[in-house]
Amino acid sequence: MRMGDFKQTYAADEAVFRSGTVRFWLVVLFLAIAAFPFMVGPYLLYMANLTGVAIIAAVGLNILTGAAGQISLGHAAFVGIGAYTSAILTTKLGLPFLLCLPLSGLSAAFFGVIVGAPSMRMKGLYLCIATLAAQVIFDFIFVHWTSVTGGIRGINVPSAELFGYKLDTEFKLYFVTIPIMIAAVTAARNLFRTRVGRAFIAIRDRDISAELMGINLFQYKLYAFAASSFYAGVAGCLQVYLLRIVTPEHFPLHESIRYLAMIIVGGLGSVLGSIFGAIFMTMVPEALQSGLALFQGLDDKLMSYLFPLQTVVFGLLIVVFLVFEPHGLAEMWRRVKNYFRLWPFEH
Amino acid sequence: MDILLQLIVSGIAVGGVYALIALGFVLIYKATSIINFATGEFMMIGAYFFYTFMVMTGLPPIPSFLLVMLCSALLGLFVERAILRHMLGQPTISIVMVTIGLSSILMGLAEMIWSTDFKSFPALFPRAPIIIGDIIVRSNLFWGFVVAMIAVIVFALLFKYAKVGVAMRATAGDQMAAFSMGINVRSMFTVAWAMGAIAAALGGVIIGNIGGIQPTLGNIGLKIFPVVILGGLDSIAGAVVGGFIVGLVENIAGGYLDPYVGGGVKDLAPFVVLVLILFVKPYGLFGKQDIERL
Repeated sequence: MRMGDFKQTYAADEAVFRSGTVRFWLVVLFLAIAAFPFMVGPYLLYMANLTGVAIIAAVGLNILTGAAGQISLGHAAFVGIGAYTSAILTTKLGLPFLLCLPLSGLSAAFFGVIVGAPSMRMKGLYLCIATLAAQVIFDFIFVHWTSVTGGIRGINVPSAELFGYKLDTEFKLYFVTIPIMIAAVTAARNLFRTRVGRAFIAIRDRDISAELMGINLFQYKLYAFAASSFYAGVAGCLQVYLLRIVTPEHFPLHESIRYLAMIIVGGLGSVLGSIFGAIFMTMVPEALQSGLALFQGLDDKLMSYLFPLQTVVFGLLIVVFLVFEPHGLAEMWRRVKNYFRLWPFEH
Repeated sequence: MDILLQLIVSGIAVGGVYALIALGFVLIYKATSIINFATGEFMMIGAYFFYTFMVMTGLPPIPSFLLVMLCSALLGLFVERAILRHMLGQPTISIVMVTIGLSSILMGLAEMIWSTDFKSFPALFPRAPIIIGDIIVRSNLFWGFVVAMIAVIVFALLFKYAKVGVAMRATAGDQMAAFSMGINVRSMFTVAWAMGAIAAALGGVIIGNIGGIQPTLGNIGLKIFPVVILGGLDSIAGAVVGGFIVGLVENIAGGYLDPYVGGGVKDLAPFVVLVLILFVKPYGLFGKQDIERL
């Protein structure tokens, strides 16, 4: 049971990490993250990197959808724009990784603002469908603008270089992906404590009231689109250097839905939720696949029944979470924490 | 000129089928305000039901057709009872995501039950193409259009004159008022889902008859979004007009532009038109503008 946890100043109550306990566990977490690559093999590191990228993208989507309340079915397209930008800048102009990273973010943000522009006149479902249109249109461009995007075959990218080090193994990439992820998460967490972040939340909760309180709806919605796609672009850039190839197949509509599923399962509007959701939605299909691999060779017919199970489980996860735990994993985590805070005196 | 006429005619024929599927979407949206991303999958499952009854159990076409309607209605009813009823009053994103999750479940189940192999129906209509003046229409497309139009008209009449249709419209208009007039609002939701599922399934049977069926058939369901947004989400007439517009646009754009960009324009064009229309009329061509009060 935690005791003596009271605040004397407003600043202390508003702090991101409110108590010694939190700071202690945070240090433990950081140590664990730092020690992780020395203890596991390349496969788990690869998964960790993928998860890191997914977290960045999911946090970005959560800014737009969870905080500002604008549903986007085109998030994968923005990840794709970031990916293609960095791939093209690297292969055609030979720009270094450190320059590609912000540039891919900015180019995605630029297109994000363009796609967000209709939000001036539309909202809710109509905007949701407009972002679906953006997804379809960008997908088409990725496939058909062959001279720039390489068409279906995509673009092969050399491994990134940072201060003379070649980032050619999962181990080295880990030390780039994860710090960027932590920086992105920290920035997002702090964003919700600024005027802009608060304005996003006001718009989500009731846009007309927000407007009456002096928030320029159009301006702030565009901010939300820009911030969200910036995150997506950065995630896309990292993904390119992780996979060393970019093809349209990496950014289909289904991928956009996967990002939405992450923030739903994790918890809408919660940064922690996006992290949980991204980890969960990256790990579960992987675990399921390795689980199914155990049955491999037993019976081919059985496999043909089991393989589509992944699609079913994916859908079931979304539905079950929405019906039984609409606030997602973040809420479950909060309940567990609360239980232990009072433990062993429940009342 | 001949090519243009040809494209227009097949565009109208395809548009009629889109109109029917979009109707399945609008029926549900109008009564329950739920945007059903699983419409495409209802369509796909309907086509598979038909395949099961006709090919696997060997029933003649008309009883199979009726059984498909019955089974889809049951599916719609089950989905509404089991999942969507819990979502009443939830924010838009939750409802959108729950139907997306549903579509994923249905697609996975279809792959498990019927496998991913491509399947096609036996010939239902005489194979000889229909010739109108100089224009040739594939017989499956022509008859599909006829069936779709009959279904659309039946649904529209039901909605306008039948007691259940009037009750559904009343529910869509004002739930409280409908409730106080003795309409069972909850059962109206169920009826709307059943009818929506039937309309989508019929569309699926027609499309499956034209091009064969696969679990990914539901992807055609994405095209109904341009259709329903063009028409306005809650307008039945809009769904029909939107269906024709999308059918025409994709055929004409596909026919003229495909050679230049290497295919795929058919799937893109409806969305481009959608974006353009949304810029001018944010609530579609026939949609009702929401007036919000605090």
